[in-house]
Amino acid sequence: MSEVLLELDGVTKWFGPVKANTDISMKVNRGEIIALLGENGAGKSTLVKQIFGLITPDSGTITVKGDPTRIKDPRDAIGRGIGMVHQHFQLVPVMTVTENIILGFEPVKGLNLDLDSARTMVVEASDRYGLEVDPDAAIEDLPVGTQQRVEILKALSKKVDLLILDEPTAVLTPQETDELLGVMKALAADGTSIVFITHKLREVLAVADRVYVLRQGRVVGEVATKDTDQAGLATMMVGRAVVLQVDKDEATPADEVLSVRDLVVQDDRKLPAVNGMNLTVRAGEIVGLAGVEGNGQRELVEAIAGMRKVVSGSVHLGTEDVTGKSPHHIHAAGVGHVPEDREKHGLVGGYSIADNLVLNRFDEPEFANRGVRNFGAIDANAEAYVKEFDIRTSGIHATAGSLSGGNKQKVVVAREMSAEPRLLIAAQPTRGVDVGSIEFIHSRIVDARDKGAAVLLVSAELDEILSLSDRIVVVHGGHAVAEMPGAGANRQEIGRLMAGGGH
Amino acid sequence: MERLWEKNRVAVILSAVVIVGMYVFWFMGKARAESMLTSAWGFAVPLILAALVGVVGERSGVVNIGIEGQMLISAFAAFFGAALTGSLIIGVLLGLGAGMLLGGFLAWTAVKLRTDQIIAGVVINIAATGITSFFYKQGQTLPGVFPRWEIPLLKDLPLVGKVFFANGPFALATILIVIVLNYLLFRTRWGLRTRAIGEYPQAADTAGIDVIRMRLVNVTLAGLLAGAAGAFLSMEASSTFERGITADRGFLALAIMIFGAWKPLQAAAAALFFGFAQAIASQLQADKVVDIPQQLINTLPYVLTLIVLAVAAGRVRAPAAEGVPFVKGQG
Repeated sequence: MSEVLLELDGVTKWFGPVKANTDISMKVNRGEIIALLGENGAGKSTLVKQIFGLITPDSGTITVKGDPTRIKDPRDAIGRGIGMVHQHFQLVPVMTVTENIILGFEPVKGLNLDLDSARTMVVEASDRYGLEVDPDAAIEDLPVGTQQRVEILKALSKKVDLLILDEPTAVLTPQETDELLGVMKALAADGTSIVFITHKLREVLAVADRVYVLRQGRVVGEVATKDTDQAGLATMMVGRAVVLQVDKDEATPADEVLSVRDLVVQDDRKLPAVNGMNLTVRAGEIVGLAGVEGNGQRELVEAIAGMRKVVSGSVHLGTEDVTGKSPHHIHAAGVGHVPEDREKHGLVGGYSIADNLVLNRFDEPEFANRGVRNFGAIDANAEAYVKEFDIRTSGIHATAGSLSGGNKQKVVVAREMSAEPRLLIAAQPTRGVDVGSIEFIHSRIVDARDKGAAVLLVSAELDEILSLSDRIVVVHGGHAVAEMPGAGANRQEIGRLMAGGGH
Repeated sequence: MERLWEKNRVAVILSAVVIVGMYVFWFMGKARAESMLTSAWGFAVPLILAALVGVVGERSGVVNIGIEGQMLISAFAAFFGAALTGSLIIGVLLGLGAGMLLGGFLAWTAVKLRTDQIIAGVVINIAATGITSFFYKQGQTLPGVFPRWEIPLLKDLPLVGKVFFANGPFALATILIVIVLNYLLFRTRWGLRTRAIGEYPQAADTAGIDVIRMRLVNVTLAGLLAGAAGAFLSMEASSTFERGITADRGFLALAIMIFGAWKPLQAAAAALFFGFAQAIASQLQADKVVDIPQQLINTLPYVLTLIVLAVAAGRVRAPAAEGVPFVKGQG
C-alpha cells in the first residue's frame, strides 16, 4: 500500500446559508492522479481552496502527510508541499515571468532582489519539466497557454508533493491540452500527487487513476478510471443518463443569411485581428468556426454584432448591408447573439432574471406601451422561459448574478432565441457550463437550425464544433484557411490547420 | 543607458529641459539663475514628498486623495508643536506623527473597513481644514531658525551645488528619500510585493503574502512623507503657519504622481519641472518682460496640471488594483 499524502475527513463548508461542501472525505496517495468531477456549483473549487488554505473548513479535518493541524493560509499550505494552479491565473500581468514565479519567496542578496539567481532557477525548472517559457517576458504579452505554463512552474518552483489544478484545460487548445496531460503524467511518475478539477470526461479517462464525483457539495461516487467510461461518469455527475452525442438530422441549407466579405477589423490594441475574412452562413445550417483563441474570432463576432468598428469590407444580412450599424439595429434586423463573455456582454448581474430575459426587447410593443413597461407581459415571458429552459432559480425576480454559470448561460440563450432570429451567433455557448446544461443548449441550437435559422458557432472546444457543425470553417491569423463538411471531419487535420499548418 | 531611456523617458526629457534651461539662465547671470533654481526647488520639495505619498499608496492599491489634508494637519501640528513647546525637534516629530496618524486612519478605513477610498480621502481633507482653522492662533512664532546644512564637496558644484546641497534638513532629505524609495520599489523584496498587491492582490495572496497587513503598513508609513511635506511648509520654507498653507499642493501632487508614471525618480523630475515653470513665470513678471497680473501667474501650476494630465492620459498606466478593496478568498 502506498503512502497516503492527503486525507480529508468530513470536510464541511458553509457560505452564509448555503452548504457548499457537506461531509467530504477523500484520500490521495503519493504519485496518484485524482480527478474531481462535477457540474458547476458542485463545490469542487470550494473544496480545493480549503486544501490550499484560501478558505477554512467549518468542520472536518484535512490531513497532509499525517499532520491534521489546520492549514492557516496559502503560505502554510505551500510550506507543507502543496501547490495550486488556479482557474483564473494568479499572475501579475505587468510583471515578468521570473518576477511572478518568485513572488512571495524571493531570493535576496542583502536588500537586493537576486533576480539573476531567480532567472537561473526559472530556466532550470523550465528545462527539467519541459515547460518552455521566456523568463524575461511580461505576462500580459503571453498567450494563455504559456501563462498557464508559468502558473505551473510557479507551483513547481517550491517543493511540491501535491499539485492542485483547477480546471487547467478550460483555456487550452487541443495540442496544449495534450501537452499538459503529458506533463501531469510525468510528474505523477516522479512521485507528485495531483488533484485536478475538470468537466471534460475525455481528460479524466486519459490521465486520472481515480475519480471523485461531486454533486451539490457531496461526494456521490468514487471510481477507478479503469472501471468506468464517459457515459458512466456523466451519469454519476448529473444523476441521470446524459446523451453525450448531439442528435441531429441532415441540414437543409437554404438562402444566404450572413455574408461577410473581405472584412478587416482591429483588436483593442489597434492591430488587425480580422484580416480579409470571407464567410457565408445559410438558413438552416450550423457553421462552426474552429480556431485557436485569439485568431480574430472574437473581433469577427463583435463586428458582425455591431459592437466593434469595421475597418474595411462588408457584412450583409440577406440583402441588407449592415456594416457598421448599431447593435440595436442589427438585433432588430434579426440577429441573436450569445456573447463570449456572458458576465460582461450577456447579462446585467444586478437585474432580475425577468429583466434580463427582455434586455434587448424591453421597448418592443409586447413589453412596453408608450414608454411604460408592461410588467405582466415581462413576468409571463420570464415564467415561460424559466420553465422551458429549466433555469434553476428561486424565482424570476432573483438577480441574474445569483445564478450558477450554466443557468446564466441559459438565460442568455433563452433571450437571444426568444426573438426567433434569422441569424444566431453563438460564441463559446457552453464555456464553463456543466454537462447537463451543455446537452440542453446544444439541442436548442439544433432546434433553431431546424426552424430555419442560420447559426454561426464559435467555440474553442473542438469537440463542440465537431459534434454540432454542418460545415466547419477553420480560421487562423484572422481569416479562413480551410472549409470542410462537418460530417466526417478529421480532428487531427483540423488541429493542424488551427495551429497554422497550411497545405 | 538604453534601459534608463526606455523606463524613464519622461524623467529624462524633463530633466534635460530643466538642466538646459538652467544653463541658459546661467549665462544670463549667475545670481539670477541661482535664485530661480532655488525658487523652483523650494516649490518642488513639498510636491515631491506629497507625490511620493501617492506613489506608495497607489502602488499598494490604495488611492489617497487625502494627502492635502495630511499635509495641512502636519504643517499645523509641526508649527504649533514647536511654538508651544519651544522645541523645533518636538515640532518636527509632531508633524511627522500627525501625517502618519492620518495615513493610519486612511489605511484603517480603506483597507480594513473597505470604505470608499475617495470618500475617506475627502473626509481627511475636510476635517483638516476645519480643525486647523478652528484651533488656529495668531501671534505664535517658532522658537528658533531651522538649521542650514551643507554637504561637503557636492555644495561646490557650479549652480546646483548651492541650490540642492546647501539647504534645510527636509530639502536635503527629500533628495535622499527619492533615491531610496526608487531603489526600494524596484530593487527589493518589499518593492516587488508592494507592486504585486497594487496590481493583482489575489495573486499576491495565493503566493502567501499578507495583502491586508502590507497595505495597512505601507499607507500608514507613507503618512510620514506627508508629515515631512507639511513640516517643511510651516517650519523650513516659511516659519509660519497660515490657514490653507498647503494651497492645494496635495492635489497637484497627484497630477505629478500620474505624470511621473507612479515612479519616484520620474515624479521628482516632474515636480522640478513644475517648480521651474513657476519660477520662470515669476521671473518674467518681476523683470517686466511680460506684464501678466500676479494672480494669473499664480494659476500657472494648475493650468500646467491640466495640460500635463491631458498629455499623460493614455500614456501611463495606473496600478490595476488601485482603489479596489481586497477581500480574502474572492476572485
